[in-house]
Amino acid sequence: MNAAPLKLRLQYFAFLRERRGLSQEELVTSAATPAGLYAELSERHGFTLPAERVRVAVNGEFAELTHPLKSGDEVVFIPPVAGG
Amino acid sequence: MFELTNQPIDPAALEAKFRDGACGALVVFEGRVRNLNDGKPVERLEYEVFGSLAGKEGARILEEAMRNFAIARALCVHRTGVLEIGGIAVWVGVEAGHRGAAFDACRFVIDEVKARVPIWKKEHYADGRSEWVETVGPGRGN
Repeated sequence: MNAAPLKLRLQYFAFLRERRGLSQEELVTSAATPAGLYAELSERHGFTLPAERVRVAVNGEFAELTHPLKSGDEVVFIPPVAGG
Repeated sequence: MFELTNQPIDPAALEAKFRDGACGALVVFEGRVRNLNDGKPVERLEYEVFGSLAGKEGARILEEAMRNFAIARALCVHRTGVLEIGGIAVWVGVEAGHRGAAFDACRFVIDEVKARVPIWKKEHYADGRSEWVETVGPGRGN
């Protein structure tokens, strides 16, 4: 039911970066939205942080987890922040 | 203006930017590195930042403060990198005609920065362990 696979660029920060073991990567996915992509990554890399506690940025701006992804997008999953 | 810096924050230099003769109030908040969190002795902190989005979101928070409070000027500087105990992690300054709006806007800016800007804090403890920490809500916890 998904369209052609997408090629995405991902950046990781904080404990998702540590869990993934790198700060950026390119990947090909059949996920159509950040929600689908996060589920795929969680399964592959054992991310224990539930999706409802993660925000996402697509191409440098906050987006909904249901935002439709397209090839070439840069996706960043944002774990709970803690500035200050 | 919202800035990220990997250099020590100099409060005197920042305060010197606020010299508006029409303003009777300058409220400054300094967030400093505490030596204890949640009962655990902390040795130092490390901030990691999603720079491009953090800059945009920080600027939006200051624009909201300018729009929603009767203030003349607002500035926030946040550190990146490693900080020792007592180091200034974040500095907020708000200048206004009167103190009420200056206090309210300053509180708004620091609360929103902690809740919204993609900055993460790792605490390094005296026993050698370390942990990413989470903001738990306005005025509580971290």
